[in-house]
Amino acid sequence: MSGTSGTYLGMPAFPVAARDAVRDETLRGNLRHATHTIREKRAKAVAELDDWERLRAAGRDVKERTLRHLDHYLVQLEEAVTAAGGTVHWAADAGEANRIVTGLVQRTGQSEVVKVKSMATQEIGLNEALEAAGVRAYETDLAELIVQLGDDRPSHILVPAIHRNRGEIRDIFVERMGSWGRAAPAGLGDDPAELAEAARVHLREKFLRAKVGISGANFMVAETGTLVVVESEGNGRMCLTLPETLISVVGIEKVVPTWQDLEVFLQTLPRSSTAERMNPYTSMWTGTTDSDGPRTFHLVLLDNGRTDTLADEVGRRALRCIRCSACLNVCPVYERAGGHAYGSVYPGPIGAILSPQLRGTGSEVDASLPYASSLCGACYDVCPVAIDIPEVLVHLRERVVQGGEVTRNGERVTIKPAKGHRGERAVMRAARWALDHPGALRAGQRLASRTRRVHPKRLPGPGRAWSDTRALPEVPEESFRDWWQRTRGGDR
Amino acid sequence: MRVALFITCVNDALFPRTGQAVVRLLERLGVEVEFPRAQSCCGQPQYNTGYRHETEPLVRRFDAAFADYEYVVTPSGSCAAMVRDNYPRIGAKAAAEGRGQALAEAAARAVPKTYELTEFLVDVLGVTDVGAWFPYAVTYHPTCHGLRVLGLGERPRALLERVRGLELVDLPGARECCGFGGTFAVKNAAVSAAMGADKARDIESTGAAAVCTVDNSCLLHIGGTLARRGSSVRPVHLAEILAATEEEPYA
Amino acid sequence: MSGGRERVLARVRRALADVPRDERPRDVRVERGYRRVHGDRTTVQTVDLLAENLADYRALVHRVDASGLPRLLKRLLAAHGSRSVLVPPGLPPGWLAATDPALALVPDREADTAYELDTVDSVVTGCAVAIAETGTIVLDGGPDQGRRRITLVPDHHLCVVRVPEQVVGSVPQALGRLVPGRPQTWISGPSATSDIELNRVEGVHGPRTLEVILVDGGTDV
Repeated sequence: MSGTSGTYLGMPAFPVAARDAVRDETLRGNLRHATHTIREKRAKAVAELDDWERLRAAGRDVKERTLRHLDHYLVQLEEAVTAAGGTVHWAADAGEANRIVTGLVQRTGQSEVVKVKSMATQEIGLNEALEAAGVRAYETDLAELIVQLGDDRPSHILVPAIHRNRGEIRDIFVERMGSWGRAAPAGLGDDPAELAEAARVHLREKFLRAKVGISGANFMVAETGTLVVVESEGNGRMCLTLPETLISVVGIEKVVPTWQDLEVFLQTLPRSSTAERMNPYTSMWTGTTDSDGPRTFHLVLLDNGRTDTLADEVGRRALRCIRCSACLNVCPVYERAGGHAYGSVYPGPIGAILSPQLRGTGSEVDASLPYASSLCGACYDVCPVAIDIPEVLVHLRERVVQGGEVTRNGERVTIKPAKGHRGERAVMRAARWALDHPGALRAGQRLASRTRRVHPKRLPGPGRAWSDTRALPEVPEESFRDWWQRTRGGDR
Repeated sequence: MRVALFITCVNDALFPRTGQAVVRLLERLGVEVEFPRAQSCCGQPQYNTGYRHETEPLVRRFDAAFADYEYVVTPSGSCAAMVRDNYPRIGAKAAAEGRGQALAEAAARAVPKTYELTEFLVDVLGVTDVGAWFPYAVTYHPTCHGLRVLGLGERPRALLERVRGLELVDLPGARECCGFGGTFAVKNAAVSAAMGADKARDIESTGAAAVCTVDNSCLLHIGGTLARRGSSVRPVHLAEILAATEEEPYA
Repeated sequence: MSGGRERVLARVRRALADVPRDERPRDVRVERGYRRVHGDRTTVQTVDLLAENLADYRALVHRVDASGLPRLLKRLLAAHGSRSVLVPPGLPPGWLAATDPALALVPDREADTAYELDTVDSVVTGCAVAIAETGTIVLDGGPDQGRRRITLVPDHHLCVVRVPEQVVGSVPQALGRLVPGRPQTWISGPSATSDIELNRVEGVHGPRTLEVILVDGGTDV
């Protein structure tokens, strides 16, 4: 199955996983603390720019221009990268991408690689593919390291270990660092600065001996062939400049047309993601440079469901995403359900519209993701490329319950409505009839009013989902319609 | 001035007092209120659950029911948002599916005439002091559709601040969703309930006697959560506060 | 490999069936109504803002006139306890003229391994441009900056910015001055992480100490 990393196969539907997460007090506390901290900081960082809305509109426009002419820009990018000494590969799905990267690593004769945090390689399950080929991949981003050492799954786009607090991180370092390399220092405490220092020491030897680096990229400039990686820790710089060979796996939607276009995103991305005016380090490279950095550069352009997403005129907007995570940080559902419940490397609101498009709505979890939102719209408000996430969610809900024509693996297919909505569909059809026949509706209301004294306080069956935590409203003696008729009956 | 009241299905069946309050309030302000009986539901529950085709007859019905009116006023932020935001989308998709322009035209007629109550009061009638009296401490929860889709901004607070006797208490985390979200409340009951519990705690922390919103559907969830927690804070629709006077106090 | 290319491009083209055939990329409007620079500042104020924002992200900022630069560098290297310093090939020779004779000046050589760089205490460079609004210095591999790795592996980076000529107000202005093909490193404060509870902590893999020296009035020492 293209686009599905093994890790996420057989995930339960979102409501089931979320229900367990809600009960986990530590997780709730960790997420609440982290998301509320960053929310206020982001708001402050954004408020510093009085032209924020115009930057946001420009970001949206640049991405729309790119997506509507993606073939043109990809070919232009390929030419520029090749002219600058790089080699460009194209991968239609995860399997192809993994085969290409594994082959390139094997040709270097190396059995280990250092990795910069990359959503694309997470998405395709590259580490597992390398492992199967006898190549060990070391994650070097602090949060990715925490996830890798803890044999865990990422739960946030920017901070994959957001579900862990400092005490848990300390324990993971103490217990696991030794089996991956240099052990944690004796008596390691849980102060974040101390933990960062432990990571520095642990990873140093891996950086210094690394011969192959693997990265993603935040942006690729079509006109110049320049790739851009935005980071904080310096692990990115280590992986991008010290090894002899650099392999970058990048989703095809990451291309931007011009060098000038970076002026928009380099202002909006740091403020939206880490709430900084600028992140500590941004690396830009164009192919290879004589005697500075890797001598060999490979760019693997990844489709893996992106062209299927592109084929949907409404859903396509999800491809504007620059992976800033602002939507996760403001989302009340993410805050309570945590990232794992989304069953994908892309959690939160953007994940809820991206995963069911990249992977299709065939699995239980993917069919449930468009419903993992109260449609409160906080995500749309903060999105630096103005993706109307609620609109796309509703659009995908339609695909789930009504089925219809979609593109899967490049082919137009007609999908059936997802399972588990049969009862609901019957109710909706009945409601359509009743609501279009106000006389019948009124009769129903009267029946409810007449029987109001015998209505239960809690509902059986599916109704329990409401009445377990919320009192039921009392049905009034008389509907508004009846009151109007009784008191002003002559009117219309 | 003559307006049509769009009561909405939830208010019609469960909260007739809100509709009665709107009638009383608008008539007190010299507005002639009519209730076209052909009206029904805006279609939001169906549309937001993915049943766009089931929503289409309701767009046509809305258009026909309110054809004779220049102003349609509704005491529901989310139903007003449904008309304003989603009716045009429903029309555009029907057209894209090759089913003609009729729905798009119906939507285009519906959008400019539909007002959420506080918009109508502040923008059309130009009033913020509606002569109300409500001698209680009240906290205001801005519902998501009112806040982010309609952009009601300061309108509801401006109206509340001019209610005699009313003490307006700030709600911590006011901009956060209460967790209702229509069918979300049952499809993702655990998360919805957790959001509701946090909202209820924030409301209780204000010490207010009542929590008010521009939307009874959110209040149904908030009030139900408060009641299950044994809280004494009362959920009250903004219209019922604005309708209350010393002569006819809130009951 | 070429199979993948044709397959992906064909999929992209099929997916864009709704885009009119005669539409060109330029036909998709990009509204660039945003500012070229935020706020109205004199040159002096722009340099002050740079200093303020650098310091806000924990860079140590020093201001000096051209004639005082060698003595300041000597003092800063000594204060850091540095016994060796990496020197890019085109660093103005006068800059390090006053340093202690015991300080080893290590040239930036292609043959050096990362392990060798890791034994050097400090690095001194110039920069290509500095951005006031964001507190950013940009290196582009120019002769006074050297290879990217020399400002990465040593734990102490001293970066000299010639003010006001190397300072711009904003990100758009900086991009306008830079040459895209050159390898670039944009640096805003010492390395940091927000990965633990989304709280910023300084000092991870890159240099833990970043000192930025704003030099006034020419640098021909």
